[in-house]
This record gives sequence, C-alpha cells and structure tokens, in this order.
Amino acid sequence: MARRSAPEINAGSMADIAFLLLIFFLVTTTMDVNKGIERRLPQKLPPNVAPPPKMQKRNLFIIDINAEDEMLVRGKEMKIGDLKEAAKAFVDNNRTGECSYCHGARDPASSDKPEKAVIALKTNRKTSYKFYLSVQNELGLAYKELRDTYAESVYGKGYADLSRSAKKSVREAYPMIISEAKPIENQ
Amino acid sequence: MSKFKRKTGGGTPVISTASLPDIVFMLLFFFMVATVMREVTYKVKIVVPSATDVRKITHRSLVSYIYVGKPLPRYKNLYGKEAVIQLNDVIAKPSDIPSFVASERSKKNEDDAALLTFSIKSDRDVTMGVISDVKDALREAQAYRVMYSARKGPIGDNLK
Repeated sequence: MARRSAPEINAGSMADIAFLLLIFFLVTTTMDVNKGIERRLPQKLPPNVAPPPKMQKRNLFIIDINAEDEMLVRGKEMKIGDLKEAAKAFVDNNRTGECSYCHGARDPASSDKPEKAVIALKTNRKTSYKFYLSVQNELGLAYKELRDTYAESVYGKGYADLSRSAKKSVREAYPMIISEAKPIENQ
Repeated sequence: MSKFKRKTGGGTPVISTASLPDIVFMLLFFFMVATVMREVTYKVKIVVPSATDVRKITHRSLVSYIYVGKPLPRYKNLYGKEAVIQLNDVIAKPSDIPSFVASERSKKNEDDAALLTFSIKSDRDVTMGVISDVKDALREAQAYRVMYSARKGPIGDNLK
C-alpha cells in the first residue's frame, strides 16, 4: 500500500509568533551595559579609636574642588587635563630613595614613597558629580599607568594580563590611597 | 489576430514570505543576547557621565543599584525637582539606605554578601551633596565596595 505523505503544516503564522516574542523582548529589556569606576570607600572608624597620626604635608596631595567646579591642587589652580601627570609625579616622587622601582624627580617637597602618598579629595556639596567623576577617573588612570609601568618592568607584560598574585604585588607597590573628606557646606 | 496577446490576469507576482520568520527570529535572538532585563522602573532621570577608566561588571548577581537623579517630569509634584535617591521602585531618603543594604545582603548567601557591590547609578548633573549622603549611608552600613556607573567615553563629554 502506498504510504500517504504527512500533511504539510502551515508555517504562515510563524512570523507572527516570532514578531510577538521580538516585541516582548524589545519592551522588557534595555541595552545599557553595566560599566563604571570601582572604588573602595574608607572604613568608618569606631568612635573610641584615636584618630590616625597627622601626616607630613609633603605626603598629602590635596585636591580641593569648589562649587563652580574649579580645582585647587596643592594650593595652585589646575585644569583637569594636567591632573593625571601631576598625580603621577606626586606618587612616584620617591623623596627618601627607598623605592627602587620609582622614576620620580625626588622633589623634597613631594611624597616619600608610593605607600606614603595620600591623595585627599575635598569637595563642596555644590560640586557637580560629573566633575567629581572626571577627577576620580584621572586619578584612577594615574595609578593605572604607574602600575602598568611597574608590571612591564617586573613581569614584562601589562597589569591586566598578570596572574592574581602578581596583580596583588603590583597593587602593593602602588597602593591607591584616596581619602575623601566630608563635603563643605555652601554658605 | 495579434500575435502578442496581452497576458490575462497579470498584476505583480506574489513575493514569497517563507523566509520572513527566519529574519524575525534572527532579530529576536540578537535582542535576547545583546540586551538585559530592566531591573526597575525609573522614577528619576538618569544620564550617566562618561569616563575612560571603566570596568564592566562581571558578576551581575553581586551588584545592587542605587539610583540618583532628578524626578521625571510626571513625578515632579510628588517628589519635587531636586535630586532624589531611588531604591528598587521607591523614592527614598539617605537614612533608608542601611536597611536597603541589609535587605540586599539577606537575599544572598553569606559568601556573596561580603562581595556585594553597590553601584551608584547617578545622573551626571546632580551635585555632590546627595552623592556624599549616599556614600556616608553606605559607610554606615559597612558597604565599602562601590561603583560609580559611567559609560565609556572621553571625560571631555562631562565638561561641556
């Protein structure tokens, strides 16, 4: 007996079904990718602990941003474009000569060694967030470049390509110390 | 008795739509792969600032979001026009953040709770006042890992 071929299923509505699904996904999802600048907030000190000892002025890199998004770096006005180089020069300064891997100018008025170099960021409550983030970005880049240079000279490759333990040692060579004071109230 | 008889019942030939489902499915798969589900409905307007030193979030489950921005026009008379904080689907005060942190931590297991990062997804035009309130509240709740949401682009975009 001749076998009867199976009847063909009408696939005309397939497009409609796919369109329905497509529109559902268009409506419920967003394109935005989650990217950002990662930072660690400073630990909150318990109330009965003595405040940390006063730091030498040369080890402090004070960045003061006012309500008009103008920046004062170590008492001098500075444009955001110069901040990265200034921060690098400060961290890498190596006044004491203890830091064997630094390339700094050994300026007596600048930081002792990377472990001692503290960047203090002071803002005003009226400072705009985008300017603050730009400053954070430049500081992050300054450390990133210093770490990359160090990683290149010790391991022969960039920081991003290192193993986990090697990354840790690079981070310890150039620890990122950014302290943030409570913003000043605008009168 | 013309030799060239006009064809009867002419009209345009029918275009085959058999490959239409394939095309639509292709689009569908693209959108399924390239997009993510919306987490919440925004009640605030957010245009994140640009930065060059950005990192992509690798573990999406280990991130909670705090939204900061000015209320959308339709919520203006409800929440005013100053920048506010949004947690999940509600507008909140900085003092609500510690309990938000606790509830986000309780959703994760113990190991993951320690690694939880709070992403501050903020509009570029807010001032530091509200941001530092958020940061103080996070420190209060001992949530020290933060991420300032930004999109990749030259910082010159921020200064315009």
